[in-house]
Amino acid sequence: MTRFLWLLARNQLALMGGIVLVLVVLVCVLVPVLPLRPPDVTNTADRFLAPFSDGHLLGTDHLGRDLLSRLLWGTRLSLAVGFVAAIAAATLGSAIGIVAGYFGGRTDNIIMRGVDMLMAFPYILLALAIVAALGPGLLNALIAVAAVNIPFFARNIRGITVGIAHKEFVDAARLAGKGHLAILTTEILPNVIPVIVIAMSTTIGWMILETAGLSFLGLGSQPPQADLGSMLGEARAALITNPHTSVVPGVMIFVIVISINLLGDGVRDALDPRLRSGALSRPRPATNVRRESVPQGPGEGVLDIRELETQFHVGKRIYRAVNRVSLTIAPGECLGLIGESGSGKSVTALSVMGLVASPPGVITGGAAFHEGRDLIGAPYRDLRRLRGDRVAYIFQDPLSTLHPLIRVGEQLAEAIRVHHKVPRAELRRRAVELLGAVRIPNAESRVDSYPHEMSGGMRQRVAIAMALANEPEVIIADEPTTALDVTVQAQVLSLLDDLRRERGVAILFITHDFGVVAQMCDRVAVMYGGRIVEEAATADILNAPAHPYTKRLMDCVPELGGGRRKLDAIPGLPPAVDKLPPGCAFAPRCDKVREACRAAPVAMTRAGGRAVRCLYPETDIAKDPA
Amino acid sequence: MTPALRLDGLSKTFPVGKKLIGAARGHVRAVRPVTLDVAEGETLGIVGESGCGKTTLARLLVGLEPPSAGRVEIGGKALDNADPAAFGRLIQYVFQDPISSLNPRKSIRSILEVPLKRLHGMDADERADRIREILASVNLREEFLDRFPHEFSGGQAQRIGIARALAANARILVLDEPVSALDVSVQAQVLNLLAALKRKFGLTYLFISHDLAVVEAVSDRVAVMYFGAVVEVGRAETIFAAPRHPYTKLLADSAPVVGRPLTAPEGKDTELPDPLNPPPGCPFAPRCPKATNICRAEDPALEKMGDDQFAACHHPLDAET
Repeated sequence: MTRFLWLLARNQLALMGGIVLVLVVLVCVLVPVLPLRPPDVTNTADRFLAPFSDGHLLGTDHLGRDLLSRLLWGTRLSLAVGFVAAIAAATLGSAIGIVAGYFGGRTDNIIMRGVDMLMAFPYILLALAIVAALGPGLLNALIAVAAVNIPFFARNIRGITVGIAHKEFVDAARLAGKGHLAILTTEILPNVIPVIVIAMSTTIGWMILETAGLSFLGLGSQPPQADLGSMLGEARAALITNPHTSVVPGVMIFVIVISINLLGDGVRDALDPRLRSGALSRPRPATNVRRESVPQGPGEGVLDIRELETQFHVGKRIYRAVNRVSLTIAPGECLGLIGESGSGKSVTALSVMGLVASPPGVITGGAAFHEGRDLIGAPYRDLRRLRGDRVAYIFQDPLSTLHPLIRVGEQLAEAIRVHHKVPRAELRRRAVELLGAVRIPNAESRVDSYPHEMSGGMRQRVAIAMALANEPEVIIADEPTTALDVTVQAQVLSLLDDLRRERGVAILFITHDFGVVAQMCDRVAVMYGGRIVEEAATADILNAPAHPYTKRLMDCVPELGGGRRKLDAIPGLPPAVDKLPPGCAFAPRCDKVREACRAAPVAMTRAGGRAVRCLYPETDIAKDPA
Repeated sequence: MTPALRLDGLSKTFPVGKKLIGAARGHVRAVRPVTLDVAEGETLGIVGESGCGKTTLARLLVGLEPPSAGRVEIGGKALDNADPAAFGRLIQYVFQDPISSLNPRKSIRSILEVPLKRLHGMDADERADRIREILASVNLREEFLDRFPHEFSGGQAQRIGIARALAANARILVLDEPVSALDVSVQAQVLNLLAALKRKFGLTYLFISHDLAVVEAVSDRVAVMYFGAVVEVGRAETIFAAPRHPYTKLLADSAPVVGRPLTAPEGKDTELPDPLNPPPGCPFAPRCPKATNICRAEDPALEKMGDDQFAACHHPLDAET
């Protein structure tokens, strides 16, 4: 709540609107005790007095009534009607929307078609019809305005409810014995209330205007009772001769409506979860780089990541997602990068091509050498030329990486066209060839399919084909088979392996699965808390892990064929990378921990092809190079 | 002895393309008749790939969906009305996604109180005692009670989900992919917790997962589902080592295992059958290396093969493999 108010106050226009509205409401509340002249007492001798005349600060109207008094009493009435109408419309409309969205199916269909019918009438016509049926009067005008606004709330809230009604917590509540009414009021309603508040704050000004409109036409408040609309209506005849009688209520309507709208926009912005995270601005095309010292090139292998440091700066917190990570990939090699979520493996991969969203991501150190040049500091133009051409990515979810409205063949062609000038017919031939290369049957006809027409495995093959399109030297595959079923995963993995050997492309393979690593990778690096803790040839790590974390992680993964057993869980949770301990990040969970582990950062020990970041490793890598 | 849970020809068909008035365009048989017994204190694993009907089966079991045919018996008594509250005292559900199964606007205390109040009508003092007891049994600290779901990690949130299922005091828990959203190191913690709770309270589990190794590690028996039907049931130790149904063998061969060379165990272009237009006969026939004419004509029934293994196949694999 305090955060909501802080966000609201940060928006200066909303703050001003809020202050004006509070003042107006305060004055309206105090009207009965203010020393005002009676608003309905006529005195034709004093008609049309100009503002600032004696005893009448804002002058008088055509019957000699005090305008200031009528204005304040009228505003009081208009505001009250507007608020009541908004609350009535919000309550009824939201109730209709929640019921329709929750029950769905036929109930939803019938209710929403009724609401559609209500919407099909122009609002003023509908309001006129309601007032005509019920007779003129402020209460009936209120009913008309509320009824006209019900569809707006019903549709809005129904949309939100449909999304919530299928959440698992609703099922859980049913299983815990709650009935429909209890679920609607205690599970769903608390989740839609912010939306109702937003919708109300943006429509209440509109409702005040509508009520004024009906009163202006003589259908709302009846003489001699004043509200803003009827004051305008009565002043219409004297618009030219005595404009102040129209200007006074007109200005008040303007002030009220604009202050409510400004405040409403502010409330909407402050409640909107997307704006809350501070990610309002669009991420930049390449990650921000702020390095103090830069490692010297030219680097080894086809991709050489050196001392890479990537951080996320959110408010005052600094998340050290990647902490001085070094990795070298030889041509044609498959290097596995294994770790749990939050260990920094994906951020490492994205940093190479400057794909970490900025803000909040910042690369604060290190380099990534490719063919002798540093990709980290490279200008955006160069990065863009290299992305997808020399270094390509494959992501976890092919459904969200492929464009849903473009045929896969065109997406493949586009991937080639942005980097190379190739004639159209040739592009199509290449696309078919690529689909064939990833073993998609009937590539000739599949090239014209849309992504939704393909299965998950097929889509991932298309994503692989796209990564291969420009024959890159390095493919960075970020959990490419995690979203797939086991039988499909086996197909996709063996395809990737074949392609790597045929084409000599190097792969940085990110995963959390030791089984996959064992089958795919030549070498493995294990990440924990943003650091590489162990690196070795795959067989060495699997046979004799040196870091306690690697060993414990392997022990807690069940392996097929082991039968029923108790797993050796690692106690505790992975570390939060904004609060890393000064020493080894694994120390709080390690059963071999000693004083020295907690005291200072542990350096990487290298021997032969192995490296481990541990003072008391499980295997002496120097003695036992395996 | 009466089984703790018996499914008798349980099936579910969803209409597709329903209009405001008139009949549906087609039907998808999400669960084809399933008959299974689960013994008291047993863990029955259910494995299958996405779309095989395992989650629909779970929802039928706890009454979240009414079955199209067949029935569920718990402790010898049929539960034929689809009233989740009636089911709730006997059988409970642990959801896959721990975060979205907790209402973001409710404190942990109010989430845990609901089943105690609604299903058992406890008063405030009894509830407070019981919540303390449950929380201790899932290794969570009491200070968590007044916090909200977004403050928890996945593993902690899943413990809360398990605590809620325990609060209903049901003897049977349906665990729908309870660890697949968790990191491996946390996954083992939750699996061990589940095993400990089972011993302590004498629970019966239905453990649904797509991960063969996890299912094998926690189950007494395993049922393999394909295209809405159970195609093989057997003891966890033997079913993957000596499968009788070719699909079970395909699954076992596809799982990545350390030390096994990388091969795709089947052709690279096989696809699942279209659920709107299922092929006649065995739905696995188009992918099966042993398929013959009878497979494409007749859907095989689950038959006893060996001591305690059942498979639905016209040409089962040999026992010694």
